Amino acid sequence: MFGPDLRIYSLITVGGVIGSLLRWLVAVLVPLTAGGLPWPTFIANAMGCFVIGLVSTGTTSNGFHPLGPRARLFIMTGICGGYTTFSAFSGEELRFLLAGDLRRAVIYLALSLASWLAAVWLGDTIARRLNMAR
Amino acid sequence: MTFTDFLVAIALVSLGACVGTPLRVFVSSFIAHHLGDVFPWGILVVNVTGCLMMGALIAYVQAHGLAVTRELWLLGAVGFLGSYTTASSFALQTLTLVHARRAHLAVAYVVSSAALGIAAAGVGYVLTLPMMGPH
Repeated sequence: MFGPDLRIYSLITVGGVIGSLLRWLVAVLVPLTAGGLPWPTFIANAMGCFVIGLVSTGTTSNGFHPLGPRARLFIMTGICGGYTTFSAFSGEELRFLLAGDLRRAVIYLALSLASWLAAVWLGDTIARRLNMAR
Repeated sequence: MTFTDFLVAIALVSLGACVGTPLRVFVSSFIAHHLGDVFPWGILVVNVTGCLMMGALIAYVQAHGLAVTRELWLLGAVGFLGSYTTASSFALQTLTLVHARRAHLAVAYVVSSAALGIAAAGVGYVLTLPMMGPH
């Protein structure tokens, strides 16, 4: 068996179900085609990247809100992992390319990568500030 | 959407995530065990294989119409592939590489994830479409 034990697997899976349902809820609530870009995926991924950055740095043993390893796995690998998605992003890129819309494909690619990395950096930076203020 | 549709959607997304989430943890742990974890090979393999399956699913949905494949999409794309692949771990690992002063690996990780992910979706699509028959 690879990875964590069965109890941790179950815990992460519960988090993954919660995250996936939240992502689906965003897809139901956010209009799909405003401006021609797939905003639900964009919003869920940026939010999830922010949260994983904040939690990863802020919940260590000397963080501003320490959590045990199980709680960290539940939130980061479970909820954030289930909430964010890479396959939807690639699928949307494929649709743009199949439609010959190279301009949107490039804009969506740049916007996605930039927002994910900026969001995780922002979460990490805020957590570092809060850790120091503690 | 009726209330029944809503409940069915919740069940399908949850069911897909019940398979996709532990599979992500298993595959990424398995790969990291064999290739080490200096470079995030585990999540790279997870994301690229997830994109390959997504391309195949898009070809299937395109050939059969969304009215027929709505349940399959909720189960396979939203639940299973959505929870199997991840952007948050990808972003966190990239930041970790930058903080570890391995900027060249961070750039390689971002470029390879995006390029291989989109290419894999294309490969999955191209391989699946001929199998769908005339419509």
